[in-house]
Amino acid sequence: MALNLNPNLSEAGKRYFSAYSPGDDFYELLIGAHLDLSDEQSELLNARLILLLANHIGDIATLREALAVAREGVQA
Amino acid sequence: MLKTYTYPKYEYRTPPEIAAGKTLKVPVVIVGAGPVGLGMALDLDLQGIPVLLLDEDDTVSIGSRGVCYAKRALEILDRYGVGEAVCAKGVSWNVGRTFFRESEVYNFNLVPEPDHHRPGMVNLQQYYLEEYLVTRAAARPGIDLRWKNKVVSVTQAATGVSLTVETPDGLYAVEADWLITADGARSPIRRMLGLEVEGKIFMDRFLIADVVMKADFPAERWFWFDPPFHPNQSVLLHKQTDSVFRIDFQLGWDADPEEEKKPENVIPRIKAMLGDQREFELEWVSVYTFQCRRMGRFNHGRVLFVGDAAHQVSPFGARGANSGLQDADNLGWKLKLVMDGKAPERLLDSYSEERVYAADENLMNSTRSTDFITPKSRASRTFRNAALSLAKDHAFGRSLVNSGRLSVPSFLVDSSLNTPDEDPFAGRMLPGAPMDDAPVEKDGAPGWLLQSTGNRFQLMVFVDDPATADISALSQLDVGGIAVEPLLISRVAASACALPCVHDVRGIAAKRYDAKPGSVYLIRPDQHVAARWRSFDAAKLRAAVARATCQQ
Ligand SMILES: Cc1cc2nc3c(=O)[nH]c(=O)nc-3n(C[C@H](O)[C@H](O)[C@H](O)COP(=O)(O)OP(=O)(O)OC[C@H]3O[C@@H](n4cnc5c(N)ncnc54)[C@H](O)[C@@H]3O)c2cc1C
Repeated sequence: MALNLNPNLSEAGKRYFSAYSPGDDFYELLIGAHLDLSDEQSELLNARLILLLANHIGDIATLREALAVAREGVQA
Repeated sequence: MLKTYTYPKYEYRTPPEIAAGKTLKVPVVIVGAGPVGLGMALDLDLQGIPVLLLDEDDTVSIGSRGVCYAKRALEILDRYGVGEAVCAKGVSWNVGRTFFRESEVYNFNLVPEPDHHRPGMVNLQQYYLEEYLVTRAAARPGIDLRWKNKVVSVTQAATGVSLTVETPDGLYAVEADWLITADGARSPIRRMLGLEVEGKIFMDRFLIADVVMKADFPAERWFWFDPPFHPNQSVLLHKQTDSVFRIDFQLGWDADPEEEKKPENVIPRIKAMLGDQREFELEWVSVYTFQCRRMGRFNHGRVLFVGDAAHQVSPFGARGANSGLQDADNLGWKLKLVMDGKAPERLLDSYSEERVYAADENLMNSTRSTDFITPKSRASRTFRNAALSLAKDHAFGRSLVNSGRLSVPSFLVDSSLNTPDEDPFAGRMLPGAPMDDAPVEKDGAPGWLLQSTGNRFQLMVFVDDPATADISALSQLDVGGIAVEPLLISRVAASACALPCVHDVRGIAAKRYDAKPGSVYLIRPDQHVAARWRSFDAAKLRAAVARATCQQ
């Protein structure tokens, strides 16, 4: 499974009339999940989320690719 | 006084009721001649309802307000007779550039989908829009437009509304069967009636500057996140008509509006942004805070709320006037049917139901944009910056970057006025959808589908050849006094057709509506789909019209 870098979000049973809607739906959920958390708590939430999603994806080759793409944009 | 525009001063005339000492009795009064009140008056005029339109001022919108009018608003303005003027004077733009810190992360080209009459949006200063609407309204004998007429009190009874109006020559009284409140965000009438509006204010301030560029500058939309010339904030640059550019600087909550507005503070900001060489002149500067809020419902007995009086959004996504015009579009025909006794007053509940649904969609989208542009927490800022940094190279990152979403009309798919599909159809013209336009010919002349629709119920009947249409079954369709006018959409040119007919020359209408020969669409007067079937059935049509008008 190659890493998908095209817009890929959607929810079953939901009809979208604008291309931006599914991405915006998700982004709102994501930011909403951090409501009322301290910076440290937010960091923990993000870490837990990454672990959950990684396990769901399962394929380590894909995760390796994602890690590389993520790291490209962050200089040490 | 602006350099590029002279505000018209409209003539105040002494109301005859003052000298006569008489109460003015009218069927409908609209308070507020902003874009929405003016549009509302023109809508009711198309329905044949005489209107009294009152405004406390005697000119158009002053300073920097609406800029961007989207496709659906332009189509409604076409119905009101000012779409052409707005599109001719307005500027179109397709290229948008998004910058993050020092560099451009991506750009997009919103090439309009071909084969629509109107583009996705045009940019035009609000005063031009209002001026064109005023000119149109003033030419309509059914519209009594009175400047310098301020409503100072209102009381509502079961069958009407009483108002006191203040003018330079004193007070007079108005009694109306219906009051349409279009008096803007502060809505004095809403307050006089003790009605609430709920929502939140964004804890942020924006410096809005209109500047005249001396040099050529591209007709593009530029959006900066965290630029070096204005760290940690956002900046938007937008072209309007007459070489006037709109610049929005996010200032943060702690900024002092009076200080920020001073030219000696504004000019250096703009210079830093343009890189000093380009010459410009300030046209207008103001500092705004924005609210996101709406009333619980938009109809209260004989009082109906439209536009900013009913709902307010932040300007990211340009939804204020755009959605207000859609309120007028939705309300006009419903009020006409109720006033004529052809539909129960309940139909006006559907005005509130449908426009509250649309307002919530607008509030949601503009809140999302605002939250992306001005993150409220460190986590939120980190995600925003991450999305921006991914946007440079990856399509999915670009889809998450939200610098304001273009205003698009709501698909009223949950409306109680819709008749649910029983036949399968593909595409997006489902019950509740705002009609898609398509190029068609009428009597051999090229035109547009939307130009042949609107203001009355219609049944679009798709045919291969008009000669095959069942003329007797389709003429004189009438449901409880409501006429349904047939409109044949034909694949071949019809020379002499007994029914109204357009020629779908390239088959684009049939494609957009997923129509086969025999497919029929019931269209509301506001150009929304109410029902559709694969074949015509008089009993089903009758039931659908009854449902769309609350006759059941
Ligand atoms: C910076 C900025 C940018 C914006 N950009 C956009 C955009 O790009 N696109 C868009 O669609 N919208 C935009 N908007 C929103 C748009 O300006 C408003 O949504 C629009 O003006 C609302 O129209 P309205 O007719 O409901 O109210 P208003 O335009 O506020 O008109 C209300 C009228 O009522 C009159 N009135 C008030 N009280 C009384 C009274 N007691 N008696 C008689 N008359 C009275 C006033 O004189 C006024 O003429 C923007 C707004 C701002 C501030």
